[in-house]
Amino acid sequence: MTRLTLGGALRSGLHRALAEDPTVVLMGEDIGVNGGVFRVTDGLQREFGPRRVIDTPLAESAILGTAVGLAYRGFRPVCEIQFDGFVYPAFDQIVSQLAKMHARTNGRVRMPLTIRIPVGGGIGAAEHHSESPEAYFAHTAGLRTVVASTPQDAAVMLRQAIACDDPVVFFEPKRRYHVKAEVDEDVDLATALPLDRARVVRSGADATVVGYGGMVAVCLDAAAAAADEGVSLEVVDLRSLSPVDWETVEASVRRTGRLVIVHEAAGHGGFGAEIAATLTERCFEWLLAAPVRVTGHDIPYPVAKLEKHHLPDLDRVLHGVDRVLGRLGSPAAASSPVAELVR
Amino acid sequence: MARVPSELDETDIVQLLDPSGMRRASAAADRGDSDRFAADLSADDLLALYRDLRVLRRIDDEATALQRQGELALWPPLRGQEATQLGSARALGDGDFVFTSYREHGVAFARGVRGADLVRVWRGTTASAWDPDHVRVAPQQVIIGAQTLHATGWAMGEVLAKGEKGPDAGVAYFGDGAMSEGDVAEAMVFAASFRLPVVFVCSNNQWAISEPVTLQAPGTLADRGPGFGIPSVRVDGNDVLAVYAVMRAALERAHTGGGPTLIEAITYRMGPHTTADDPTRYRTAEELAAWAERDPIDRLERLLRSEGVLTDEREAEVGAAADEAGGELRAACIAIPDPDPLSVFDHIYAEPNRQIERERAEYAAYLDGFTEAQR
Repeated sequence: MTRLTLGGALRSGLHRALAEDPTVVLMGEDIGVNGGVFRVTDGLQREFGPRRVIDTPLAESAILGTAVGLAYRGFRPVCEIQFDGFVYPAFDQIVSQLAKMHARTNGRVRMPLTIRIPVGGGIGAAEHHSESPEAYFAHTAGLRTVVASTPQDAAVMLRQAIACDDPVVFFEPKRRYHVKAEVDEDVDLATALPLDRARVVRSGADATVVGYGGMVAVCLDAAAAAADEGVSLEVVDLRSLSPVDWETVEASVRRTGRLVIVHEAAGHGGFGAEIAATLTERCFEWLLAAPVRVTGHDIPYPVAKLEKHHLPDLDRVLHGVDRVLGRLGSPAAASSPVAELVR
Repeated sequence: MARVPSELDETDIVQLLDPSGMRRASAAADRGDSDRFAADLSADDLLALYRDLRVLRRIDDEATALQRQGELALWPPLRGQEATQLGSARALGDGDFVFTSYREHGVAFARGVRGADLVRVWRGTTASAWDPDHVRVAPQQVIIGAQTLHATGWAMGEVLAKGEKGPDAGVAYFGDGAMSEGDVAEAMVFAASFRLPVVFVCSNNQWAISEPVTLQAPGTLADRGPGFGIPSVRVDGNDVLAVYAVMRAALERAHTGGGPTLIEAITYRMGPHTTADDPTRYRTAEELAAWAERDPIDRLERLLRSEGVLTDEREAEVGAAADEAGGELRAACIAIPDPDPLSVFDHIYAEPNRQIERERAEYAAYLDGFTEAQR
């Protein structure tokens, strides 16, 4: 075991992938000499050379588009998008090209690309540096979309993503980059939790709280606070947004009968809507209350001084828990046909 | 309005065969090179090129007819651009890998694609018809200019794998409209900065659906190459000899570590953008007639007749071969079976995916319900 930050764990995963597979190449802006703006690729160019760790011109569409060409040629590229808000210029290459290429070629050409994207807010950044674009990619068939929340998962999931023969959009929560934990760098991928599985990170009985990425720690803090008040929350780290491990989440919701979904991204059309809808379809008869979403507002990401009013925090998660537990009644519910029947 | 031929500044356009079928020393600065690269084409080679041009045109016409009769969902005709496509593709080495747009049926044909495989995608029965690794041509690209990055990335892989000496080339075909797309500019930045073995073949057919090339660039498209640090050449795209020659020169540069080249092949789209387009809305009969005078096949035919290579008898043989190819295409197209409904779930992912497998099973059960009801 080694004590590593989440960023350091990602570097460990990249190092191992470069060392084990000569077809792995890293591409991105400032990833070489500079080691990446978050230092995730620190020292890798020095060790593996400029043909394996490639500083590219500042053109995100080209980073992805040339990576598609490299994959055609038999390489396994790992592209770094410097910040979440910079991925949009590459959208066509990801959604129209990368995601569809295996199907377009009737399975003849594989696209084993990994796209690393620092994601989310909470670091007081400038505009376009705190986006949560995960729903766009989770919505796109042909991509896998995952989010790591801990150093251990960062190291293992990144190796799994690189080894995967499908394109993986790999989100890294910026606000967690510097969190340290003990990391086993030698996990055997064959026995590790598969990339497409969720993990129950805290067991509880009264409600299931589903989060991913930077929100998992917030959910765990909320669960600890709720426990002080005698409320037992089960916390699920979703990890994979496409495909979703519905079986794990469904089993949890059937146990607790209540569901709270937490994410930083705007709620409207956000990934929480998919979780709420699917689990309502799959668990309707087990649900004791309508699922509750705790999300960012439906606004462009606000300025740094206001981001605390946008990001779900411990209190907003607990507020959501209160709602799902019926502690905060809604006027609409009071006059509903169900309320009428009960009366 | 697009430019008519009389408005073209031809001083820097490589041309080895003028519209009357006369061989000429090109007025372009690199004519020595161009002459050299086309010099080894024998009379038999030229006759074979002529035959391929005629067969290709016949196939293209047949595909248009098949669309009109409801056998194809859509067809983007290449009529008028046969020399650009065949002349350049004929110069390719076996290992070069090509990424084309949706109109380059002639490039696929030159790489050996035949019959039903030329039209499967356009019949709507499959996403791609051939094995890219085998044919060395990627599936035709519909997003304008996107494939230029794939060719550039492929070439980057060649250099990573083999070094700068002796790589095969990544070749990108695209149109005049694509020259305005960011992806093409980004591809040229990457190709130039990494000195990659890429040949950019811009088929300037004067029109991007209804938009004339003058809307994409007030000057010449080839002028953009040097701005990226990429040598460029303008070639008469209706002159199969000149196209072949400049393509060979560009490929030689790519294969020997000389980096990328931009070729602007000046040609004309004689037909509609696709079978869903009506070009009479935006261009004149006079313009069409002026470009018809520069037809690439007529031009080669005049040369071969004047040099005694093409006799009436041989011409009849070529015509019969073209008709036979057209008939074969028609029969093969009509015989293409409809795909299995559940194949919509095939190949979305390379690895097992529970979401897709769940949906496949659900839809299969749904379809089975109809079968039972019919019993």
